Parts: sequence; structure tokens; C-alpha cells
Amino acid sequence: MTELNLLPLTGILVVVLGFALRFNPLLVVTAAGLITGWAVDLNFSELLATFGEKFMNSRQLASFLLILPVIAILERYGLQNRAKNWIANIKGATTARILGMYFVVRESSAALGLLSLAGQAQTVRPLLAPMALGAAANQHGELPKEVKDMISAHSAACDNIAVFFGEDIFIAFGAVLLMDAFLKENGIAGIEPLHIGLWAIPTAIFALIVHLFRLARLEAKICNKIAEIRQQEAQNKSATSEEPA
Amino acid sequence: MSAVIHSPQAEAPALLSIENIYLLIGFLVLFLVVKTLQDKGHPKRYTTALFWMLFGNVFLFGDLSIALIGETLTYQWVGVSVIIIALLAGMGKVSMGTYYTPSDEELDQSAKTIGNKLFIPAVLIPIITVICTLFLGGINLGGTYLFDQNHLTLASLTLACGGALLVAWKFTSGSPIQAIGESRRLVDSIGWAAILPQMLAMLGGVFIVANTGTAIQDIVTMFISPDNRFMLVVLYCVGMALFTMVMGNAFAAFPVMTAGIAVPFLIQGHDASPAPLVAIGMYSGYCGTLMTPMAANFNIVPAALLDLKDKYQVIKVQIPTAIALLIINIFLMYGVIFND
Repeated sequence: MTELNLLPLTGILVVVLGFALRFNPLLVVTAAGLITGWAVDLNFSELLATFGEKFMNSRQLASFLLILPVIAILERYGLQNRAKNWIANIKGATTARILGMYFVVRESSAALGLLSLAGQAQTVRPLLAPMALGAAANQHGELPKEVKDMISAHSAACDNIAVFFGEDIFIAFGAVLLMDAFLKENGIAGIEPLHIGLWAIPTAIFALIVHLFRLARLEAKICNKIAEIRQQEAQNKSATSEEPA
Repeated sequence: MSAVIHSPQAEAPALLSIENIYLLIGFLVLFLVVKTLQDKGHPKRYTTALFWMLFGNVFLFGDLSIALIGETLTYQWVGVSVIIIALLAGMGKVSMGTYYTPSDEELDQSAKTIGNKLFIPAVLIPIITVICTLFLGGINLGGTYLFDQNHLTLASLTLACGGALLVAWKFTSGSPIQAIGESRRLVDSIGWAAILPQMLAMLGGVFIVANTGTAIQDIVTMFISPDNRFMLVVLYCVGMALFTMVMGNAFAAFPVMTAGIAVPFLIQGHDASPAPLVAIGMYSGYCGTLMTPMAANFNIVPAALLDLKDKYQVIKVQIPTAIALLIINIFLMYGVIFND
């Protein structure tokens, strides 16, 4: 048996520990990189160059910054308010129905390769979350911050889950090509991207079922949460208003 | 998950080339740096400006620097910048500034005046992007492509943002310059999380150089019983999820875990069917993506964008779905990959 070399794993340990101790993630990741390099005796200037090279070659990850000016100006002129008021005029629009509908549309469009059709910056913040909040406010009146956060977080989760489990069905998507290239490199022949895409469908359907089931229960959860907060407020009020007004 | 597969296609000149898009991002960030410096009420004005300036420099001067002083020196100064960026963020020197916030009445009033036209620019971004990607991608003006052929979606998205900005200018009374200034509020609320994905790509690079993948394979080999099919499937799926949580990216975890467990033990050892194996394996990794703050642009950036009090709340909401799907994936994989 060959000797087990665990030194390259120090970085993973640093990441896990850094998170457990709640250090800033940028610091944790940089430290993990530096310590891994040190543990495997990498030349420091080479390590610096590796840092720089990978950072530069992944600059396209920052492209979402380009969307922000459009969203910022539209919000400055009331986009979120408009979205809320628009939903207020639709009868039967509930938070769960809006999120559920979005989930289905997002997952199916991702399966067709239309990934850039939506996203956290371009749809969730300016449109989906305000609509989901508007529908809830329609039913329950002014929402407490806690409930608002819960609905917003669910909106963000809908976008993530729908796009993740839809995208691998689309055979020209990077993940599918990555898997295909990996199999070919490892000498496993006879698999086409189409096969991989087809095998993504069962999980995609399960994701739809599981998440729509959770959304169906969201409405009751919102009601309970609001009732709980109102009751607490009422108790606090009666406690403070014992003195005659 | 935005994937970037570099095809070895020949470099053809393009108007909206990836280099020009980086320059555009660089100018955008530089403008925000100037705005930050002008913000007299900003509690950490200089350090926040320095943070974004170091980041913007990489976009503005990175390619130029490679042309002038070569790759090695450029990568080294970028590496030094990255470490200073991490230190500034780690010491809490990057913060929100002060911004003009219109009242709710003002917003309602303006929303009422402009009406549903407010939706048009937001809806135009995806529509233009898709049209350009699918139908206009090959436009060629006398030897120069309009869109970068290797980064078609990104180039289309850039054009779409520009177009939407112009339309927004027409419908609102705000100018594009004002729009960029307004976006400082959004960028500041995202803060350091905007840079984490690039930092993780960097860490992945170091792990490759350090042969971390081989070390993981060695450990797996020590603890595995090659006869227990079900445990092998569990180990592969859970391993994909856990390693994805550490790396923040299922694409980084996939080659390591698949080469370490799936290929030797499942495909070669038990004659498992490769297509469902890798498809479900990758999806198990995505379950991990839903549960980790390392996947910043999916989990932490939205929490900032939506002004959530708890920045882990998106993750908390996703965990039940992620765990349910991970369990389903394990049984699904066990049920379909073995042919006998």
C-alpha cells in the first residue's frame, strides 16, 4: 500500500474550521489556499501566480454586476411597488401559487436551455419576491419583518432549486458536457450527452414534486406565523396598557 | 449554475468580446469607487473604495498588463491584490455607505405615473439575451463578429443590459449615469459575497496543484468495502454533496468523487451503467450546493439582495428540499444503475 499523504487536505480542514468559527469567507478561502500551498511545499511566488491566474480566468463570474444598474434605476422609480400593486388586482393570487407557477416555468425553461431567462438579480429581487410579498400582504395586511424574510427566502430558493434541477436535462449545458468529457477521458465509451440528459429527468420530476409539496404547505405556515406574532404583540400591549390611558 | 466550458475555437475578433466586457465591468466598478469616495457619510469610505478598486483593477488592467509585462508578473500582482482584498473584508473594513432613499409614497406615485412600462426593461433583459444567443449569435460585420463566439450568452447579456438601460432611460426620468450610481446601493449590499465565487475558483486551482483529489481518493479507498453496493452508492452521493459544500461548486467536486469512487468501484467493480450514474451523481452535488454558504452567488448574494436579516436564511429554506432529494437520488441511483 502506498503511503497516505494527508497534507493536501489541510485546506479542506481550514475551510470547515473557518466556517464553524464564522470567520469571513473571503479570509477563510484565501487562508485555505495559502496553507494548502505551504503544506505541500509550493513555492510562494508560484502560489501567488496560481491565485492570480485562477482569479483572472474566472472573471466572467462577476458579470451579474452588469444587470444591477437596470434593476437599480427601475427600483428607484417604483418597480417593486408596481409589482406588488399589480398582484393585488389579481383575484386568487396567493404566495404559494405565485411561487409554484414560477417554479414550473423556471424549471421547464431551464430544461430547454433558457438559463439566462431569470435569476436572483434580474427576476427574484425586482419581480418575484415583491409579487409573493404583495399576495401575502393582500391576504394578511401589513406583514411583520420575520414573515417578509421567510417569503423572500422562499422566492430565492424557488429560483435556485428550479434552475439547478432543470438545467441538466438540456444537453448542451456545461454540466452535461463536463460529464460527457469526463467519461470519454476515463475511457468509458458509448455514452452520448443525450443519455445523460435523459437520466436527469427523474430527479427533475422529484424536485418538482418535493418542492411544490413544500410550497403547498407554505400558505398555512405564513398564517400560523402571523397569528403567533400578532398574539405576542397583543400580549405585550395588554401588559404595557395596564395603566389607564 | 453558470457553467463555462472553454471550447478550443479559434479566436475571432468581436465587438462585444470578452475583453471588452471585462473593461466594461472595470469601468462600472471604477465609477462606484469614485461614488464611494464622494460619499461623505460613509463610515468606511477609504477602505471600501480600496477594496473595490483592487477588484476593478483586475478587470480594467488585467489583459493590458498581460500584454505589457507578461503573464507571470500579472498573475503575481493579481494574487497580491486578492490577498489584500481578503484581508480588508476579513477585518470588517468593507461596509455600506449612505444613499438617497425615496419614500414609499414617492415610489407609489412614480410607479403609478409610469405604470406597467416599468416592467418592460426588466423583461427585455432575458428576451434580448435569448434572441441574440439563439438567432443573432453569428452576426459578422466585415470580418468582425458582433458577439464573442466563445462567450455568446455573456456577450448577449451585456448587449441586453445596455438595451434595457436605454429603454429604462426613456420611460423613467433617470439617466444611465444615475442608474449606475443607484446600483452602488445594490453592490454594497452584496459586498464581499460578490467576490467569493472567484475566490473559490482560485482555491480549486490550488487544490489541483496540490493533488488534493488524490488524497481524498486514498482516504475513500481506506474506508470503503468494495462489495457493499448500497454503501458505495451512499458514499458517492453523500460524498458529492459534502465535497460540493466545501468547494461551493458541484463541478469541482464531480471529477474528484467520480474518479475516486464511481469509476473504480461502481463502473469497473459492479458494471454500473455510466449515464444514470453520473447524471444522478451530479444532481447529488447540487443538493450540496443548496446547503452551503460557499455557493455565494446562489445562497448569500440573494440574502443580501433581498435584505434578509439572517444571511443564511435562503440556505435554511433550501435544506429540507435538498436532503429529501439527496435521499431520493440515493435510492434512484441504487435502483437504476445495476444491470443484473
